[in-house]
Amino acid sequence: MKITDKIFQSKEKRLAQKKDRAKHYVSGKEIHDISKENLKITRALEKQANRKNVPEAEYLTKMHDPNNIVEFDDLHTYFFTDAGVVKAVDGASFDIPKKSIVGVVGESGCGKSVTSLSLMRLLQAPSGQIFSGEIRFNAKDGKAYNIAKMPRYAINQIRGKEMTMIFQEPMTSLNPVFRIGFQLDEVSFLHVPGITREGAKQKSIAMLKLVGMAMPENTYNQYPHELSGGMRQRVMIAMSLACDPRLIIADEPTTALDVTIQAQILDLLREIKTKIDGSIMLITHDLGVIAEMADYVVVMYAGRIIEKGTAHEIFENPLHPYTIGLERSKPKIQQKVDRLYTIPGTVPNPINMPDYCYFRDRCSKRCDRCDGKYPELRQVSPTHTVSCYLYDELADQYAKGKAGERK
Amino acid sequence: MTDKEKLNPGIQVAPVETAQETHSRLNDAELEYSEGKILIARHVKKYFPLGKNWFKGPTQFVRAVDDVSFALERGKTLGIVGESGCGKTTLGRTLLRLNSITAGSVYFDGTDIATLTRKELRNLRPKIQIIFQDPYSSLSPRMPVGEIIGEAVREHGLVTKEKYHDYVVEVMKKCGLPSYYFDRYPHEFSGGQRQRICIARALALNPELVICDEPVSALDVSIQAQIINLLKDLQNQYGLTYVFISHDLSVVQYISDDVAVMYLGTVVETGKTEYIFRKPMHPYTEALLSAVPVPDPNVKMNRIILKGDIPSPVNPPAGCKFHTRCRKCMDICKSVPPILKDYGDGHKVACHLYSQE
Repeated sequence: MKITDKIFQSKEKRLAQKKDRAKHYVSGKEIHDISKENLKITRALEKQANRKNVPEAEYLTKMHDPNNIVEFDDLHTYFFTDAGVVKAVDGASFDIPKKSIVGVVGESGCGKSVTSLSLMRLLQAPSGQIFSGEIRFNAKDGKAYNIAKMPRYAINQIRGKEMTMIFQEPMTSLNPVFRIGFQLDEVSFLHVPGITREGAKQKSIAMLKLVGMAMPENTYNQYPHELSGGMRQRVMIAMSLACDPRLIIADEPTTALDVTIQAQILDLLREIKTKIDGSIMLITHDLGVIAEMADYVVVMYAGRIIEKGTAHEIFENPLHPYTIGLERSKPKIQQKVDRLYTIPGTVPNPINMPDYCYFRDRCSKRCDRCDGKYPELRQVSPTHTVSCYLYDELADQYAKGKAGERK
Repeated sequence: MTDKEKLNPGIQVAPVETAQETHSRLNDAELEYSEGKILIARHVKKYFPLGKNWFKGPTQFVRAVDDVSFALERGKTLGIVGESGCGKTTLGRTLLRLNSITAGSVYFDGTDIATLTRKELRNLRPKIQIIFQDPYSSLSPRMPVGEIIGEAVREHGLVTKEKYHDYVVEVMKKCGLPSYYFDRYPHEFSGGQRQRICIARALALNPELVICDEPVSALDVSIQAQIINLLKDLQNQYGLTYVFISHDLSVVQYISDDVAVMYLGTVVETGKTEYIFRKPMHPYTEALLSAVPVPDPNVKMNRIILKGDIPSPVNPPAGCKFHTRCRKCMDICKSVPPILKDYGDGHKVACHLYSQE
């Protein structure tokens, strides 16, 4: 190859690269402007959250359905970054009924974890903020709180007591320098007024027994590193049970575990659900786990809910092309396929989302209507809703039938 | 001087020969080298020393891989499954001699890897490649993609200087990476793309054998399917042989021809994929299979839930290593280690349940 050719080639290459990068490029001045704008918004929101002595009436609401524990209503959770606003959750609404397991599925980066963190108000402040929408929580004392509007001190009373969370990675969520017992007792000290040290210990040991620890007294005095992954996850579950919560949020509780240990933990979660008579919000990307555990399923994609319904509806009659693709791309045991189905491409860039359907570019069934604006969530049966233009007829039919009934 | 001492001078490894070893020594006909068998592992052991004593040398060993034997034919895929801590990754690394081999031998195309010198091993390296589990930590953040893929090509002198760039671009295209990624850095890519880079890096050397150490467990479901399809296409195109290590049984069933189920460093069941998944014989395999969640809410399987955790490989239980968690445990299991026996058509099981019949 001649030198001139080489130079020419590299120039061509550089130009191509430049073009490619220009799509995502943000100049220094733009960053400055964006962060200035962001600061205005986040400061105002933080000020709101950090207020003291807020009258309770401000964050009390009413549940739309008293049989629900949690109602998400048009939740928008944004991350204000220097490159732009990332709409991690963009208008999610679903309910968690009493005594049920609601499964949230989706690929990584689709906003399922952020939804649960918004509910716990554990978003990384100041950049992560609940921008608008309501999260109604049905508390034990009969009141309904709007979690999105609650000031920090008030949320501390509920978090860990009435709703608790089990995280994905049990090693990173336990503190390695404190004994298991100390970390378990802490929950009781915080939420049970007037509890003695001995009382807290008794309670912690009882909890460890409840989650099936062989020698709870021994475990009480151990450090997290002395336990195996499955045992650590059991400790996390014990910790979340300490105050009889109404809702347990399990954020990928078994992703880091083996199949055999996963079976143990899922069994335990199901057992616990009946024991405490509460609900579980189960977040996972494993459809097998969802099928086995959940009563209701919510499928998320790029920050929006694209389909929701009962587990039977979602698995027997999946409608949205994304849900179908997810189900078909997982190889199944005892089933021979020549080639796995794949969904082409990846989740789009979360900054500057397009205004048409986010799944259009990856969809195998796209039609002309998909170029229009983002499809609405429409009901196709009393419990099944889907956001796709393909099922407009089905939704129209259902709406007609419903209107006919009313007349 | 025995083989063991030759390999590890200074470390005394003198475990008493068990009944299993004596038996398997007599049953080695299958492990003899013949045309078409690309990889033969013969009683491979890997012990990691623990608790070193200044005078005595190591006092304890972690028996990560404890007497594993198998033969793999060219163009086939061997799946290795098991819980974490059962030694599957160590076995993979030992087959490549990324670890030293404590005892036993690994034959690649008829040459014993365990006894090669550094120089000889280096010449063999392009033929055996590995894809690691975590694409986030196995790529150097300071090297552009082209350099990552091409470094070994240049180092081993596979192509001339003039053809180097085109060659690397061609390899990238094979693995579904566009050519303009050549000068980009790993942090610019998602997990699936990174795993493609890892695969391209392995394939750039025209290997005959690729050891895939959980290549898809860090990825999303939809990306998993893309990567598995890519691996399968490449195998069909270039006649690659895979050792596929995974804990995901559904993936292993899809990709492998043969499966070996490992527990605490030993193989408890091995055979053709269909046999193992249709009619598992060992109680451990049964439990593993029943623990896999099925994406169908109507299927309520009779779960066999294993109690407790995998025991420590430092002091494995006497007799059958699985007896502490086995639901069909008998008296004999607690004292006599079972032998891997053939029950027809290459389906081998190490369990006393069947040996008595």
